[in-house]
Amino acid sequence: MTDKNGFFDLSKTGLTRRTALKGLAAGAGLAVAPGFVRYSQAQSSAPIKIGFQCHRTGIGAAYGRWYERTTAAAVKAINEAGGINGRPVEVIIEDDGTDPGRGAEVVGKFATQHKTDIVYGTLFSHVVIGSAPAAGEAKMPYFVVSEGHHVASTKLNRYVFQPGITDVKSQIQAMAPWIAANAGKKVTQIFPDFAFGYDHRDYLPPALKAQGAEVIAQIAIPPTESSFTKYFPQIPAETEVIYHVMVGPAVLTFVKELGEFYGSNRPQLFGFIDSLEATDINSPGLEFLDGSHFWEGSPRYAQPDDSAAQKAYRAAVGIDDNGAAVGDPKDVSTAAHMFGCWETLYVVKKAMEDAGYKGPEDRAKLVEATEALTEFAEGPEHPQGPKTFNGKIHQCFGIQNISKVEGGRLNVVHKTKIEDGLYEPEGDYTTQPL
Amino acid sequence: MHFGPHLLLAALEGLVTSAVLALTALGLSLVFGVMRVVNVAHGELFMLGAVLAWAISTAISGHPALGFLAALVLAPLIVGLIALVAERLVLRRLNYNPEATIVATIGMLYIIQQLALTFYGPEARPVEAPFSYRILLPWFGYSGYKLSIIAASALLLVATWFVLTRTKIGLVMRATQYDSETAQAFGIPVDRVYAGVFALGAMLAAVAAVLIVPISQAHYLMGQDPLLLSFIVVIIGGLGSLRGTVVAAVLIGLSDGIISVFFSPTLAKIIATLLVAMVLVFRPQGLFGTASR
Amino acid sequence: MKEASPAKAYALHVGVIVLLFALSFVLPEYHHGLLARIMVLAVFAMGYNMLFGYVGLLSLGHAMFFSAGLYGAGLAVIHLGWSVPAAFAAGLACGALLALVIGLLALRTSGVAFMIVTMMFAQVFYLIILYLAAWTGGDQGLVVPQSARVLVLGSTSLGLTNPTVRYMSALVLFSIVLLMTLAVVRSRYGRVLVAIRENEERTKMLGYDTFSNKLAAVVVSGTICAASGAAYALLFGYVGSTFASVQYSILPLLWVLLGGAATTLGPLIGTLFMYYVVDITSGYTSAYLLIVGIALILLVLFFPKGILGTIRQRWLGWLP
Repeated sequence: MTDKNGFFDLSKTGLTRRTALKGLAAGAGLAVAPGFVRYSQAQSSAPIKIGFQCHRTGIGAAYGRWYERTTAAAVKAINEAGGINGRPVEVIIEDDGTDPGRGAEVVGKFATQHKTDIVYGTLFSHVVIGSAPAAGEAKMPYFVVSEGHHVASTKLNRYVFQPGITDVKSQIQAMAPWIAANAGKKVTQIFPDFAFGYDHRDYLPPALKAQGAEVIAQIAIPPTESSFTKYFPQIPAETEVIYHVMVGPAVLTFVKELGEFYGSNRPQLFGFIDSLEATDINSPGLEFLDGSHFWEGSPRYAQPDDSAAQKAYRAAVGIDDNGAAVGDPKDVSTAAHMFGCWETLYVVKKAMEDAGYKGPEDRAKLVEATEALTEFAEGPEHPQGPKTFNGKIHQCFGIQNISKVEGGRLNVVHKTKIEDGLYEPEGDYTTQPL
Repeated sequence: MHFGPHLLLAALEGLVTSAVLALTALGLSLVFGVMRVVNVAHGELFMLGAVLAWAISTAISGHPALGFLAALVLAPLIVGLIALVAERLVLRRLNYNPEATIVATIGMLYIIQQLALTFYGPEARPVEAPFSYRILLPWFGYSGYKLSIIAASALLLVATWFVLTRTKIGLVMRATQYDSETAQAFGIPVDRVYAGVFALGAMLAAVAAVLIVPISQAHYLMGQDPLLLSFIVVIIGGLGSLRGTVVAAVLIGLSDGIISVFFSPTLAKIIATLLVAMVLVFRPQGLFGTASR
Repeated sequence: MKEASPAKAYALHVGVIVLLFALSFVLPEYHHGLLARIMVLAVFAMGYNMLFGYVGLLSLGHAMFFSAGLYGAGLAVIHLGWSVPAAFAAGLACGALLALVIGLLALRTSGVAFMIVTMMFAQVFYLIILYLAAWTGGDQGLVVPQSARVLVLGSTSLGLTNPTVRYMSALVLFSIVLLMTLAVVRSRYGRVLVAIRENEERTKMLGYDTFSNKLAAVVVSGTICAASGAAYALLFGYVGSTFASVQYSILPLLWVLLGGAATTLGPLIGTLFMYYVVDITSGYTSAYLLIVGIALILLVLFFPKGILGTIRQRWLGWLP
C-alpha cells in the first residue's frame, strides 16, 4: 500500500528474515507478513486454526455460551469426519466482552499472535462493525453469525462474510406476507431505539405495503429503558397486530407489562424470538404470549416433521426436545440463531476445500472460493434448511419459520420460501481489491 | 388512549421507579454521606440482591409468596454480610481514602459480576410475584404488585427515617457523618459505625432489588443503571439529606415517566437528563443540601 | 513534591519516548499492535489526569470528550470526505468546543456535584449520538473507510492501516502530549492548578482567577482526550457509541488511579498495566474479570497512590 511499508517491518528483523523474501514480492503491503511466513513452513497435518471471537462476558454472554457449545459440537463432527482437507480443526477462543473496541483488539490478536487461519463467530452487530476494519486490514477472512444486515449492506469489506444465517432485512421481508394474510392488516411496531430496531422500522413498512397491509404506528423504546408500560398508550386502538422485537434482559418485563396492560383482550402479537432467546417460554408472566406468533430461524422445540439431519444436529449440540440443554431444562438454548455457527463452519470447510487451502497465504483464495459458492443443500451440514448464497454481498438466504405458542411450546405453523426474502443487492464486494 | 389516562399511567410508572430508586439511593447516600467514599460496587450489591432472590425463591417450593418473603428477609442479610466482610478486609485497610476506594470498589464490581456470571449465568431470570392481582381501571389494567412496591418502599423509608432520627444508632451515625473526629473523641466507635453503615447501605440496595425483581428480572449486568441513577438522586437531593433523597427520587422517576408522554422516547431521556443536570448546575449543593464541605 | 532539576525530568521522559521507539523494532507483531493502541488510549488517560490529577476535579464524563474527537474526526471523513489532517483538526475542535461549554456549566459546581454533572452531560452526549443514528450509525457505529485513512505528506502517502505507520503516529501523538503535560506541570500555570487543588480559597485570595484557570484546564484536558479519540477513529477505523458510554468515562479514571494521579507517566503505566492484566489473564481463564478485580484490590492495598504515585512517595521524590 505504501512504499514506506517494511521500513520498520518486523518481518525483516529477527527470526523470520530468511523466509521473508519467499513469495512476498507479490504481496507488498501485507500487514500480516510474519504470521504468513511462519505458517507456510507448517506441516500439512498441522491443524486449521479458527479464531472464535466469543461473547463470553458482557451483554451477549447468554448467546455466547450457546455459540460456544454449537461450535464445539460442529468442530467435533468435522474432525471425526476427517477434518478440513485432511487436517484437524482447532478452535481458539477469545472473549470480546461484547465490546467493539475489545472486538477489534481480539481480531488483531488472532491475526498476529495466534495466527489463526480465519476469525469467526461474532454475533452482536456493533462488535461486527467495530471488528471489521481490523479484519480487513489484516486481510483476515472474518465469518460472522450475526444476522445483522451490515454484511449484506456492503458497507464493510471484502473479508467479511455471513454464510450461515439469513440477514434481518431478508427475515423481515419474508414475514410480511404471512402477517398480512393471517394476523391482520393494521400493524403497530414496537422496537428498540437502536440499529437492530431500525432494520425493522425501515424494512417492514414497505414489505407490508406490498402485501396490502400497513404499519399504523411505530414506537421506538430507548435502549436504557427497563420498564415499558408508559409507552403502551401510544398503541392505536385500531391496531390488529402488535409487531414486537424487543431484545435484551428487560424483554420479560416487556411481555409481562403488555399482558398487564391488555389482559385477555389483546390484539394479535407477532414477535421475533430474539426477544426470548435463552428464556423459557413457560416463565412466570409469559402466559400472555399463549396463542401469539414468533419468527424463528431454526425451531427451538423439536417438530414432528424434523429431518434426520435436524435430529442429528440437535443431538450433537446437546439440546432436548424443548430446546434446553440435555440434563438441565432451565438452561434454554438460543436455537433460533446458533444453528448459524454449525452451518458457517461447514461453509468454511467447503470453501477451504474448494480453494485447496493450505495456510494463511491462501486467504485470498479462500475469499474467492467463498464468493463462488451459490447454494447449500439441506442436510447434515445445513440442518436448518436449504440456502442460496450471494457472493457479491457475502450473504446467505434461507427459509424462515413462523411458530405459534401453544400448550407451552412453539409449534411451527408456516415455513417461508427462500424467494420471499430476496431483495436487490445493494452493492458488490467482489469489485474491491483483495 | 386519551391524554388524562395516559398521564395517569405515566405517573404510576414514574412512582414505581421512584420507589425503588429511593431505597437504592438511600443506601448509597448513607455510605456516601457518613463515610465520604464512593462505592462503585453499590449497583453490584443491588444485582446480588436480585440474583439471591431468584436463588432463594426457586429453592423454596409452594406458594410464590413464601419464596418471595424468604428472599425479602434472607437476600439483604446475605448481601449485608458480604458487604461487611468487604469493608473489613479492604476498605478499612485503605483508611477510607476516597481515591483508593474507587479503585477497590471497581475491583469488587468486577469480582461480583464475574461470580454472578459463573454461578448464576448470563440469562435473565424472573421471580414470581407474591401475588398477581391485576387492577382494572376504566382505561387500562395495572399490576397490583407494582402498587404494593410503592407502599413497601414508603414503609421502609419511614422505618429508616425513624432509625436515623429517633434512635441512638441514628444519633451515632449522624454524629459520625457530621464530624467523625469529634465523634471519635466522644467515644463513638467510628470504625464500627463505618462497618455498620456500609452493610446497611448494601442491605437497602438488596431490599430494593428483591422488590423490583418480580417486575423486572435478575440479570448479572443489571447493576449499572441503578448505580448511576442512585448517584444522581443522592447528589440532586443533597448529600446526607434523607428528605432530599426521597424528593429527588420522586422527581427523577416522575420526570422520566411524564416527559416520555410528550417527546419521542430517546429525546425524552435527553431532555430529562439535561434538566436534572441543570438543577445541579444552578444549585450545586442539591435541593436540600447545605453548602458542600 | 520535591523539585528536581529540569534536566533529570526531561531526560526521563525523552528516555521513555526513545524506549517506546526502540520497542517498535523488537516487539513481536501482536504486542507491537497492542502498544500502538495503548499509547493512543494513554493520551486519553493523560488528558484525564490533567484535570483530575492536577486540578483535583473528578469528572465521570470524559468519555464525551474522547468521543467528541472520535466522531468529530470520523464523521468528517465519512460524510464530508475530509483528509486525515483536516479530520484530526475537526476532532480537536469538537473536543475543545464541547469542553468549553461543559466547563462553563459544570465548573459552577465542585466536588461530588461536579462528578455527577459531568456524568449526566456525558449521558446526554451519549443519548444524542443514539438519537442522531442517521448520521452517527447509532449503537452499531460506522466504519471509517480504509481508503480514506491515508496521510498524504508531500509526495509520499502513508496508509494509517500499516502497523508501522500506525505505531509511529501513535508514538508521535503520545510524545507530544507527554512533553506538553510535563511542560504544563512545570510551568507557572501548572503550579496554580496544583494550588487550586490544594486550597482553592487561598489561591483565590492570593489574587488568582481560579475559575478561568480551571476552565482552561477543562479545555486543555478535553482537547487532549479528543485528540486521543480522533486518533483512535483515524488509526483504527471505527466510531461507535460504546466509546461514549459511562464505562469509557470510568476507564481513564481507573488507569490514572492505577498509574498514579498527578504523575506525568502514571497514565501510561496504568493503561499498560490494565491492558496486560486483561490480556494475560483472559488467556488462562474465562473468568478473568475475577482475577482483574482481585488484582485491582491487591494493587490498591499495596500501592494506595497508584504505582508511580506510591513509588514517588516512598523512593523517588523527584518524579514529576
